[in-house]
Amino acid sequence: MHPPDPPQSVRPRLGVFKFASCDGCQLTLLDCEDELLALAGEVDIAHFAEASSDTAPGPYDLALVEGSVSTPEHLDRIRRIRDESRHLVTIGACATAGGVQALRNYADVEEYLATVYARPEYIATLATSTPISAHVRVDFELRGCPIDRGQLVEVITAFLAGRKPGIPNHSVCFACKRRGNVCVTVAHGTPCLGPVTHAGCGALCPTYGRGCYGCFGPAATTNLPALIPLLHRDGMSAEDTGRFLHTYNVTAFTAVETQGPGPAHEEGTP
Amino acid sequence: MTGPAENRLPPGGVTEAVLDRSGLAALVTALRRRGRTVIGPTVRDGAIVLDELDSATALPYGWGVELEAGTYRLRRRDDGAAFAHSAGPQSWKSFLHPERVRQWSADRGPGGDLTVREERPERVSYAFLGVRPCDLRAIRILDRVMAGGRYHDPAYLSRRTGAFLIVVECTEPGATCFCVSMGTGPAADAGYDLALTEVVDAEGHRFLCRSGTEEGAAVLAELPRRAADDTTRTAAVLGVREAAERMGRSMPPVDLRTLMRDTLEADRWDDVTARCLSCGNCTMVCPTCFCTTTEDVTDLTGDHAERWRRWDSCYDLDFSLLHGGPVRATPRSRYRQWLTHKLGTWHDQFDSSGCVGCGRCIVWCPTGIDLTEEAHALHREAGGSQEAP
Repeated sequence: MHPPDPPQSVRPRLGVFKFASCDGCQLTLLDCEDELLALAGEVDIAHFAEASSDTAPGPYDLALVEGSVSTPEHLDRIRRIRDESRHLVTIGACATAGGVQALRNYADVEEYLATVYARPEYIATLATSTPISAHVRVDFELRGCPIDRGQLVEVITAFLAGRKPGIPNHSVCFACKRRGNVCVTVAHGTPCLGPVTHAGCGALCPTYGRGCYGCFGPAATTNLPALIPLLHRDGMSAEDTGRFLHTYNVTAFTAVETQGPGPAHEEGTP
Repeated sequence: MTGPAENRLPPGGVTEAVLDRSGLAALVTALRRRGRTVIGPTVRDGAIVLDELDSATALPYGWGVELEAGTYRLRRRDDGAAFAHSAGPQSWKSFLHPERVRQWSADRGPGGDLTVREERPERVSYAFLGVRPCDLRAIRILDRVMAGGRYHDPAYLSRRTGAFLIVVECTEPGATCFCVSMGTGPAADAGYDLALTEVVDAEGHRFLCRSGTEEGAAVLAELPRRAADDTTRTAAVLGVREAAERMGRSMPPVDLRTLMRDTLEADRWDDVTARCLSCGNCTMVCPTCFCTTTEDVTDLTGDHAERWRRWDSCYDLDFSLLHGGPVRATPRSRYRQWLTHKLGTWHDQFDSSGCVGCGRCIVWCPTGIDLTEEAHALHREAGGSQEAP
């Protein structure tokens, strides 16, 4: 029933790739100190430039892709990686939502170039920063800025076992309550995006008494119009609220910002 | 040293006495000496939470709470009372039905042979100090859910069996309390080992203590105490009676099960849906919400697997996920499922209401959704009384 251990050469080949990003999510893989040796035993880390300059060409069984598509060169490269990879998993807010650099999607990129660079003509950039899924098929999106180490190991483990990753899509409140935290909004009047934010961090910020700032992006269902009045009540101006929502997951929160709890009369109510 | 009540007792037991603060301290010590893990209220992170008590000094002496829908604030009290608070952020469920429990683990040997080990829960000997009457009812409801009927949950029973329950009758209801409407408080009727009623008046800070079981009577007999006197008894009875008249909330005076059944298509469900975040907080703080999901985990080698059970909530989209999609796709359907189950179909499933009137779901809802207000609104929409809640 259990196949014998495969020889080294047929271990699944892992590739880790970077687009427009800060490298923090890749670093999370290196940060898996307790699991790293076990991982290296189970997969052939064929391409991981942050860890080793000894990179091997594809094909890859699993590609972990960090970063957003931000330059013309990225457009070709992501298609090539997709073509060479059996499974493609995006890691982090840049790869799943465009990242903080997607703030430029709501501004004039030419103006930025003229302001920032002495010779803007040397810069080849796209007008927008977009998630990987806007360009190629993605098998799984792991959220977070940065991603959670435990969730990364879970996704890789699930891939190795051929099962669905156990990554819940509910709000940070689920994790916060399970951890036994006192709600920072209810008990302290602290602005918190936990009720609309995708779980995954283990409610890290509320555990230390501060509000969630949404680095995992929106949960599977959100009702931001119901939360925003609370942020105002707890001292945030309209401008503050805009800044609060428009960070690492600006595109994802913008997409649901004015969206209420969904069509109230939609079917599906036994 | 002892009162006349002792004459009716099993040898050595005491059914009624008055404890002072040192008596309460001795109670915690006596329970710990018996090997019990004593859980009770204590101040942490700006709230009165439930946690393990090393001694009675950790009790929230001199702390009260100010509650409203969606807000909770600690307030200093000048009477030094230990139990003048309600609707904390957790319930006893957190100890009896923990948020995550391993159910089994499996290992694959070198030859491919599988060994599956059922989890044998470690027996915990709990003493719960400061169980409010509403929460005592909630424990009884959980007993029915987890250990009644045909299937008994071993993880629950390992914690619940033999747990020593010290009820503290409620003399200081919060603005979100409605135990009177649900018939669960503020007095304790039965099902406890010891029942305390806190009295603070000109004669001092003390606790009228009654035993409800032989073990309770035996523990009480070990404590420094004095005989129960009529002044203390009267003050205790009055304190609880007055609490009953100061409930912050009430349910409409109708059969709630019928109300839920007859208002399934009410417009009010749209109104509450506009305010609902689907964040699941109400179910996590509810002392009777028991739903769980299972998580299967494997290690990197694939040779070790475990099944865990963790709290889940009917507000999660994936909670009703079946082949083809979630059964309750809209937030409206999920809120309605929660409220109609809690107040209505729970009766059909478990022969009681699922709500005990503790008010936690009102306090800990970030947007302050108040189920009593929703029930009143549904009642009005159904043609009932126009009276405000």
